[in-house]
Formats: sequence, structure tokens, C-alpha cells
Amino acid sequence: MPDIHDEDSYEPHPKPGVSHLDYAGEQGMAVEQETLVERDPVKREEARSLWGDAWRDLRGRPIFLISAVLILLLVVMAIFPWAFTDTDPRKADLVNDYLRRPNWGDVFGGGWFGYDAQGRSIYARVIYGARASITVGIFVTAAVTVLGGLTGMVAGYFGGAVDAVVSRITDIFFGIPLLLGALVLLNAFATRTVWSVVIALGVLGWTQIARVMRGAVLTVKQADFVVAGRALGAGTGRLMFRHILPNAIAPVIVVATIALGGYIATEATLSFLGIGLQDPTISWGIDISSAQKVIRTAPYVLFFPAAALSVTVLAFIMLGDAVRDALDPKLR
Amino acid sequence: MGSYVLRRVLQMIPVFFGTTLLIFVMVYSLPGDPVTALFGDKAADPAVVASIKHTYYLDQPIWKQYLHYMGNLFQGDFGTSFTGRPVSDIMADAFPVTIRLALMAFVFEMVLGLALGVLSGLKRGSIADTLVLILTLVVISIPVFVLAYIAQTVFATNLGWVTPTVQDSYDLTQLVLPATVLGSLSLAYVARLTRTSIGENLRADYIRTAVAKGLPRRTIISRHLLRNSLIPVVTFLGTDLGALMGGAIVTEGIFNVQGIGNVLYRAINQKEGPTVVGIVTVLVIVYLVASLLVDLLYAVLDPRIRYA
Repeated sequence: MPDIHDEDSYEPHPKPGVSHLDYAGEQGMAVEQETLVERDPVKREEARSLWGDAWRDLRGRPIFLISAVLILLLVVMAIFPWAFTDTDPRKADLVNDYLRRPNWGDVFGGGWFGYDAQGRSIYARVIYGARASITVGIFVTAAVTVLGGLTGMVAGYFGGAVDAVVSRITDIFFGIPLLLGALVLLNAFATRTVWSVVIALGVLGWTQIARVMRGAVLTVKQADFVVAGRALGAGTGRLMFRHILPNAIAPVIVVATIALGGYIATEATLSFLGIGLQDPTISWGIDISSAQKVIRTAPYVLFFPAAALSVTVLAFIMLGDAVRDALDPKLR
Repeated sequence: MGSYVLRRVLQMIPVFFGTTLLIFVMVYSLPGDPVTALFGDKAADPAVVASIKHTYYLDQPIWKQYLHYMGNLFQGDFGTSFTGRPVSDIMADAFPVTIRLALMAFVFEMVLGLALGVLSGLKRGSIADTLVLILTLVVISIPVFVLAYIAQTVFATNLGWVTPTVQDSYDLTQLVLPATVLGSLSLAYVARLTRTSIGENLRADYIRTAVAKGLPRRTIISRHLLRNSLIPVVTFLGTDLGALMGGAIVTEGIFNVQGIGNVLYRAINQKEGPTVVGIVTVLVIVYLVASLLVDLLYAVLDPRIRYA
């Protein structure tokens, strides 16, 4: 996914008159809010944290609710696929002719979405395909967030020569297009599993997060509470992770959520090109690729995995959009 | 300005060497021997393998290979592919096709993306705005290869306006459909970025001043609003030209366009190291030059940004 977000447009929103402790953790916040409600309702408004604010805002957004429900459903599908279908997605029976149209009466049955060219149930394969996509999406995002977050934090916090070196390394990795790099890396694996795809995308994909994190840290570093923390004798680790991180993480979360959908699409593209996942792993990308041969006569063989893939990517992008709107009041 | 450009160019040098070294290491030191792969299922004669490896410098340690390659590169020699054809020859055939394809996609996404973005940004909350938002979201979430099949089915199979695959890669009219598919994802991003940026700037003080001065609407939009809103869009477009050429791998494959995407895909699959490294090196140069141009464009768009 290309970098659509200008890193500078994300600024943390420290509210004047609120100490950094109030942002630091939601849990501490909740307790404080409770007591304040009883004493003085007006004060409660002032002390609401960025996260509390964002959560309040998100709950009221239909787009957030729709995407959250979709993602929840997909995650359940990924963990318990057998709860949605009794049909074995790998059972190929040529009695099931792919030219026979989908049987709409066969709700949740093997023939609901029809059969593919090898006589396997498309419905079952769509359900079981969720696991590969969701696993790749979540683990790649976790990997790039940790890798990119740490790199960006180090570059932004230390500045100077460290920043120059780390930023150039980031530039080097940024210069290689994700899809091309992943194709070359994955070609080296003789057998490729979900984990090889996660490694390839994680190694190449962290640069965007690193840049966003660096930008956010540069802004937060200047804040008074960081200076105060340092003056009170807080060490580097404490300043970085207790003071700066909670205030610089918001734009990273937004970019990571939107990127998650992009990684799912990239995995599908790699599998489609034949250099991503391999049989026996069930992946929508592989299914779309094998549906190519019968696209003229049986377009639904391609339609269902493609629709599942698109809806999944859509859900994560909508979630990211909603989170960005909630965390960045400037855009409202 | 001059010293800024110099500093940027100096910064580009380590990035250029770093990126090419990275791709070099990825191609040549990862498992999978390209030379034994040349023999297919047959058992390879060790003497022949050794002699091929020697010809292609593959028997040297990786850093020596890299220095050797770079030395040749600066004399304009991209090396020879395992089939014996000079890599520069292969690229001279394929690059013009991809450059045309990428430029068409670029113009398409820029013109239409900006138009849609301005339209929806100016009329927030209107039906047109909602339509643009939904449309772009749909385009973003449908992967390019699925989009390519949809376009193929609708425009070639059903409507019969074009042939499903490109017959002559040098014929511009045949490249229209692949270019549209290639540019559609970025088009959606351009439209959304422009919309957001315009929405932010509409509330700026200088717009209120311009309106208060009684300037005509057209002038306000083109001179004041658009110029200020373009900066994030230009950043995106700048890095996108390189991305389009890299992203052509999927589109070119489906539409059978004989560009670098097709060549690169085949080369990666056959572990054709010299071809892969050569093409990616050129793509990296394109990317670096484009991002330099973007930085220089900032100063043109926003006079407040000065490079001393």
C-alpha cells in the first residue's frame, strides 16, 4: 500500500492544562473519571483522554460498527472455520461439475456457491480461506509495527547522527517496491507457508511505519512534559516508552490499520502470481488464480473468492478510516 | 536552492548503493542455484556449472560480485542474462512499453483523481461527494488483479470494444484499458487525498480573506485553494510513478503487455539474476529522481518553503 498519509498531518493533540499522566493509560483514566463525575461534571469533560475521546467518537460511527462486526466475523471464521460449514474444502469430487450454477437453495451447504474446476465446494473454500488472509494481515502488521515503531522511535528520539544513519537505512528499504521485493525473497523459499509470507512482507514493509513514528516522536519530543520528565531524572527508556510512546502512537495505529488491508491484498496478489502461498494452504489468491482458466464459462468460480477478499480488505480500510477520523479531529 | 539540491543528491548516493546492494544480496545469496536450475531435471556436469559460474562471476564472494557489477554499471554495462542476451538490450525492448503504460496511467489518475477530489472536496456531504467516497473505497478494496478481470470481462468479452489481451504492445490505443486498470488504485488515493486536503484548506484564513476581497470563485479555487492543497497530492504522485512501473507486474501479466513487468516476472521465476538486478536498479533510479523532483516542486507550490 502506498503512503497516502502525509506524516506531518498527524500531530498528537496534547490538550493544554492536562498533564501527561492523564494521557498515559486508559485504566488510570477511568478511575479518575469516575471520581470526577461525582464531584464536578464539567471537569470530567476537560480530563477526557485522546483515547477516551476517540472511543466515544468511534462508537457513534456506523462505518466503524459495520467494519468491526465484519472483522469480528472474519476472525471467528479464521479460528473456527468448521463452525460455518460441514463440507471439507479439500475434497475434490468431479461429480460436482463446475458448470452447474450455484445452488442458492443449498444455504450453508457444499453447493451454495457452486463448485470449482476440481469439484471442490467454493463456499467451504471461501470460509477456510479466511485463515490465511487474516493470519498474514495480523502478523505482518504486528511485525512492521514493532520493527518500524522501534526504528522510528530511535531515529526520532536520538536525532543527529543516529537519525541520519537510521533514516538512510529506512530510505534503502523504502526504495524497493513491496511486491517486487517480496517476489524475489519468496522465490528463495522452496516450500512457502503463511509464515514465509509474513517474514517477507515484514522485512520489507516496516519503512512507512518507521517514517510516521519518527515524525510523531519529533513533535512529541519537544513537549513540556518530556522536558519535565527528563528534568525529574527519568531515564531514556522511561522517557521513550512511558512518556513519548503513548503520545506518538496514534498516527502509527491509523497507518497500521489501513496497511493491514493492504497486506492481505498483497498476499493474495503474491499467491495469485504463484509465488505466495501454496497448496495445501487454502488462500483466496490461489483460488482466484486457478479460476482464471474457467472464467469465461463459470465466472462465479472467480467471483466468490474475489468478493470475500475485497470485503475483507474493505473492512480493514474502513476501520482505519474511522480510527483516523476519531484520532485526528483536524479532519472532521 | 543550489546547495539544497547538492545535499539531496549526496544523500541519494548511499541510498542508491544500499538499495542496489540489498537487491543484489536478495537475488544472489538466497538459496536456490540459478545455474543448476538451467539444466532442469538433467544432472548438471560440475565442470560446466563451474565454467558458467566463472563466466558470470558467480564463483566470487558476494561483495566482489557486487563491486564488479557496479564497476560495469558505471560504464553503462548492465551485464548479460543467462540466455546470453545483454540485459540492456532486454530493457531497451521492454522499458518503452512500460513507460508509455505508466505515463498513461499517471495522466489518467492525475487528471481524473484531481477532478473527482476537487469536486467532492468543494461539495462536502453532497451526493457527488458520497458517490466519490463510495466509489474510491470500492476501488481501493478490490485487488488490481480482480479489477483487471472485471475490466476484461466487461469491455472485451461482453461489450467487445477491445481484445481481451494486448496484441501489439506498441499500439497506444490497445494500452488504454491496461493503463486504466493500472492507474485506478492510485486514482482513488489521489481523489481522497485531494478531497481531504481541500476540506482542510477551505477553512483556512487566507480563503476567507480571498472571499472577502471579492475575488472571483474561479480564481480563489485555482490560485489559492488548489495550489495550497496540492502538496500532499504531489508527494503521493511523485512516489507513485515508480510504484506504477513496479505494479505493472500484475497488469502486464493479465493483459499480456510485453513490458518490464512481464520480463521481470519471468526473470524472477527463472532466477535470472542479472535481469532482475538490472531492472530493479533502473526502477530505484526512477524512484530516487522522482522523490528529488517532488521536493523541488514543494518550493514552487508553496513559496514559504525555501531551500537555503
